[in-house]
Amino acid sequence: MWSLSNIAANIDQWLNANMSPTWALIVEMVIAGVAVIGLFAALGLVLVIMERKVSAWIQIRLGPNRVGPKGMLQSLADTLKLLVKEGMTPGGADKLLFNVAPFVAMIVAMLLLAPIAFAKDFQLWDLNIGVLYISAVSSISVISILMAGWASNNKYSLLGAMRSGAQIVSYELSAGLAVLAIVVLTGSLRISDIIQAQENGWWLFKGHIPVIIAFIIFIIAVTAETNRAPFDLAEAESELTAGFHTEYSGMKFALFFLAEYVNVFIVCAIGATLFLGGWMPFHIGNWHAFNGVMDWIPSSVWFFGKTFFLIFVIMWFRWTFPRLRIDQLLNLEWKYLLPISMFNLLLVTLIAIMGWHF
Amino acid sequence: MFEEVGTTTEGDLIINMGPQHPATHGVLHLVVTLNGETIKNVEPHLGYIHRSIEKMCESLTYRQFIYVTSRMDYLSAHINNHACAMCVEKGLQLEVPPRAQVIRVLMDELTRLASHELWWGAMAMDLGAFTPFFHAFREREVINDIMEETCGARLTMNYMVPGGVMHDLHPNFQQRVKDFLQLYKRKIHEYDELVTGNIIFQNRMKGVGIISPEDVISYGCTGPVARGSGVSSDVRKLYPYEIYDKLEFDEVLEDGCDSFARYMVRIREMQQSVRIIEQLIDNIPDGEFQAKTKAVLKLPKGEFYSKAETARGELGVYIVSEGGTTPYRIKFRSPGFSNLSALNHLVKGGKIGDLIAAMGTLDLVIPDIDR
Amino acid sequence: MEDEAMFLKQYIQDIWGAIKSLATGMKRTGYYFTHHKEIITQQYPDNRDTLVLPERFKGEVVMIHDENNEHACTGCTACELACPNATIKIITKFDVDAETGKKKKAIDTFVYHLELCTMCNLCVEACPTDAIKMAQTFEHSVFDRSQLTKKLNKPGSKIRAGIE
Ligand code: SF4
Ligand code: SF4
Repeated sequence: MWSLSNIAANIDQWLNANMSPTWALIVEMVIAGVAVIGLFAALGLVLVIMERKVSAWIQIRLGPNRVGPKGMLQSLADTLKLLVKEGMTPGGADKLLFNVAPFVAMIVAMLLLAPIAFAKDFQLWDLNIGVLYISAVSSISVISILMAGWASNNKYSLLGAMRSGAQIVSYELSAGLAVLAIVVLTGSLRISDIIQAQENGWWLFKGHIPVIIAFIIFIIAVTAETNRAPFDLAEAESELTAGFHTEYSGMKFALFFLAEYVNVFIVCAIGATLFLGGWMPFHIGNWHAFNGVMDWIPSSVWFFGKTFFLIFVIMWFRWTFPRLRIDQLLNLEWKYLLPISMFNLLLVTLIAIMGWHF
Repeated sequence: MFEEVGTTTEGDLIINMGPQHPATHGVLHLVVTLNGETIKNVEPHLGYIHRSIEKMCESLTYRQFIYVTSRMDYLSAHINNHACAMCVEKGLQLEVPPRAQVIRVLMDELTRLASHELWWGAMAMDLGAFTPFFHAFREREVINDIMEETCGARLTMNYMVPGGVMHDLHPNFQQRVKDFLQLYKRKIHEYDELVTGNIIFQNRMKGVGIISPEDVISYGCTGPVARGSGVSSDVRKLYPYEIYDKLEFDEVLEDGCDSFARYMVRIREMQQSVRIIEQLIDNIPDGEFQAKTKAVLKLPKGEFYSKAETARGELGVYIVSEGGTTPYRIKFRSPGFSNLSALNHLVKGGKIGDLIAAMGTLDLVIPDIDR
Repeated sequence: MEDEAMFLKQYIQDIWGAIKSLATGMKRTGYYFTHHKEIITQQYPDNRDTLVLPERFKGEVVMIHDENNEHACTGCTACELACPNATIKIITKFDVDAETGKKKKAIDTFVYHLELCTMCNLCVEACPTDAIKMAQTFEHSVFDRSQLTKKLNKPGSKIRAGIE
């Protein structure tokens, strides 16, 4: 069958047949690197045009429709514009930190792509602590924001960075607890195990109400973690003009912009993996006929479909809700989300111990 | 004593918001003293768009100066023109024909609706919700189209002239206004769904930007800002002009004193405007739309004052005449200026987000403040 | 104990109310996302051919000429006086009447500075012979400011007979 995992396997076979295992590994790494960067660029282009179209339709507008067929090449034109713009470094800025910050943001986003399973047997690195790795690495992204805000020598940037620091540190907790719910149910931190455990149904449907609550909390928390509206306080445009990236222009700004979108993709991919079965097709218990039909749809389509659905939901939030205030943002986390997710985790543990899930 | 780096001696942060800032909706400059996220002091700096409109008016004739006032509070252009025309009429002892009076009131209320629509969208945008802005423009566009058809322009119409209005109503006017009212009634519940009822919005607005009725009076706030604190200040009710005393409508009062109360005043005022338009649209009397006036208007020696309720509050026009064809002195009492003076009182001790929200509920139009 | 129960009930009610209000908003935006016929964007300048401006739209002052290249302007300068910002300058000349040989004041050039005009319509109102009107053009951008200074009476035009 023509699928991503087969292609990967064929390439692997071909390389191993033609060169020494070391060289094969090196070539494979290079291919993987190029693929990741390519995926980055493609994701940036696709997500930007998607966001613009979603916002336009919600706002009863047409959206971009001039560049390319139905405006689909608009984001390519935007990228080109950003590429040729001058990347300025403000006079009083800390030059090193200022220039490094966008790359840190990008590198964090790239590292996070490693354990994600894009299709059946199609994963860069199936490490045994996948979920832990994700939550550990994703919290580095706050450092890039703090670096950018501090180095810019701009008060708006500084305020934005400080807000973002407080926000990401708090929301990481409930995101972690929501993820933990699935880990408790599966009994494994390995991504492939988690997906395999959903062979007879996605956790969202198997795990009763507590998992649904965990899912909702997860979505809220990752929206906050990626600094998306209604939690976009770090760049709150009507308050802090552009927040931590006020002073950035040209390609350095584009890197931040890209990192934001890739982060959205990654958290949605994780959400899809944990709660919606990742690449696992929609299976219902022992209905083998039904499951067989579902298997006909390639696993990569399942994965990207689920991920893009979640991305759409997050965009939908952004274009519907007003922004929270900083103290309300922290209230929401510490007074509502955290207690609920802790209590919820207890319930999930109970379900897991008693084996009440399907 | 400010050090160069922009902190006070106590270590507070000083931020210059504006004159180019997305939330000030124009060239307003706020010097904000911050302690972390908490606001210690806000000091508005004015004058970036001062065009000396009062002085310009003094060199124009009584017919000519009216159009300049459209450029003050451009969202209530009609009502500004109306107040000026009334002042000139007062000096000339001119009786405005009933048809012209009704047309003027209709236009005023349509302007108020359009202005509040725009405010609603901009307010939501200040709070970070972008979608309502476009939805508000959908309805506002229809009003603008109606204006364009009758007055010939969308924003600075110059439709009011001393003695009446410049043209008669367009034949389509009545039908289009009725269509608009229908559209408006179909869409009004969306405002509540998108913004008013939203829990995030309510939390952002309730209990912040508080100003007591006493302070409202001492700062001289008028319009929805005063009525949000329960201070009756509607010129249309207290000093009725044209045919407002014969109309049935309520002065909207809220006693929350906070940002949400001011928000609700404007939302409910829109419904009152709709009510007024509904009463008048089928009862436009026949007759002249403009009183006969001399080619050259000369006000007798003396001082004349008239006021009108714009979308932002009480606009006063004060003319001193020496008996010539141009005013000796003109003074406008603009609502935005007094309302802005209360800003520091409103937001002291709040967060930066509260400043944006409170500024939104003041509904500032900067050219109205600077003139 | 009672207090705690009340608190818990309030807490859950708050959350429920919040979720409901957010869902209402999302339903509304979701409706617009799926109903593309509500889109109100006008695609200017693609729709230039079908774009009709109302006849009262104030775009530019023009002088009305009939098919014989005759206009109704007597050169009385009423419009020049009515204009608040010196947009109009009337240059007059003296025509000699062919029959009677008497000199008569007539318009030589009607200078109109589009860049100064605020479209207030006062000149049109002031004109005793309705010689000028507002045109519905609005695409006034040019590359050189001098192109905005226009001569409104067409070359070779003259005043229509019988207009005083
Ligand atoms: S429209 Fe107004 S500004 Fe323009 S020429 Fe006529 S009177 Fe002058
Ligand atoms: S356009 Fe009318 S007002 Fe102006 S000079 Fe000619 S006749 Fe007089």
